[in-house]
Amino acid sequence: MIHGGVLAAASHAASAAESTAFWVLAVVAVAAALGMILTPRAVHCAVLLAIVMLSLAVLYALQGAPFLAFVQVIVYTGAVLMLFLFVLMIVGVSAADSLVETIKGQRMAAGVAGIGMLVLLSLVIGHAALGPAAAGGAKYGATNINGIAALIFTRYVFPFEVTAALLITAALGAMVLAHRERTSPKPTQRSLSRLRMVSGRPAPLPGPGTYARHNAVDMPALLPDGSPARLSVSPVIAARRTELGRGGIQIESASQGAGQGTSQQISEGASQGPGQAVRQGASQGKGPDAGQEDTRS
Amino acid sequence: MSPGHYVALAVILFVIGAVGVLVRRNAMVVFMCVELMLNAVNLAFVAFARMHGSLDGQVIAFFVMVVAAAEVVVGLAILMAIFRTRQSASVDDPNLLKY
Repeated sequence: MIHGGVLAAASHAASAAESTAFWVLAVVAVAAALGMILTPRAVHCAVLLAIVMLSLAVLYALQGAPFLAFVQVIVYTGAVLMLFLFVLMIVGVSAADSLVETIKGQRMAAGVAGIGMLVLLSLVIGHAALGPAAAGGAKYGATNINGIAALIFTRYVFPFEVTAALLITAALGAMVLAHRERTSPKPTQRSLSRLRMVSGRPAPLPGPGTYARHNAVDMPALLPDGSPARLSVSPVIAARRTELGRGGIQIESASQGAGQGTSQQISEGASQGPGQAVRQGASQGKGPDAGQEDTRS
Repeated sequence: MSPGHYVALAVILFVIGAVGVLVRRNAMVVFMCVELMLNAVNLAFVAFARMHGSLDGQVIAFFVMVVAAAEVVVGLAILMAIFRTRQSASVDDPNLLKY
């Protein structure tokens, strides 16, 4: 094993600690990156990307770049990934990646291209003369930050100024793109109140879990006659439970002696999309509740 | 640890990000894979800076981070504008420029 040889050859403790940290973090980062391109949900991708970025921040600190390590944590993991998560929440958490291959054989071709790229880059790096770390190369502590500041404000001062223009342009562009022209007048409190009266439901929607067995958000409230209130559960939650294959929302009626409909299903998720409507119909057609009804009555 | 190890790790992460860009259909995930590629390149820059004993590589990695942040801001704004009109975040749906 080459790794074992490297570990044994490491003479003093600092380099042994560094190689231990490197191998642990390298495995974590590669595993998280692989999971990122394999999980279908975008939120899981964001969390796995956060793991990769934090591992890279520690690797920067190991290589004598404490300033970059902190910038990585603050800017990338703190700001950029949180921006990703905000946009994910706006775009919709229920928007899962479609697993249909639109171009025939695209995944196979992408895998072959990836392997080819890996081989090519490995050959290039294998042929390059990568020497050991230069003596005194690791500039820790105040030396690192002073050195970076001296470089930024002397040799790289023009790119630094251009960066300011870039950031202003990006901020302006984001504001222009995210701005929505209001095509109708802004609704006032008076008009909203009138709309509510006209709509036939002046009261707010019932909250979930009222008079039910427990008050989780996916547990529908019960009406006075013991039937579930369908409007009390958010359609997003109903659709998500259907998507996870739990067969819609099981409603346990509080009135056990009534003997009618001990468990029902909410089909509000059917309005989410054609695919979920099909799944909802399939889970209803399966009828997992019939057996329960028989045993109870 | 020689800088070669770090550069090898950077190559692996870069290739994983490139495959993700090619394979995934959700525009958000494609963006995240681009971020992964940029991070991998930053790791290589830091490794080379250490190999040469100078700080220029770290400064360039810093500039890469700034540009990546600006790119994410504009890209996500475009994505939200597309989502507002098309109700979709998939890269297959916006094909009006194709013909």
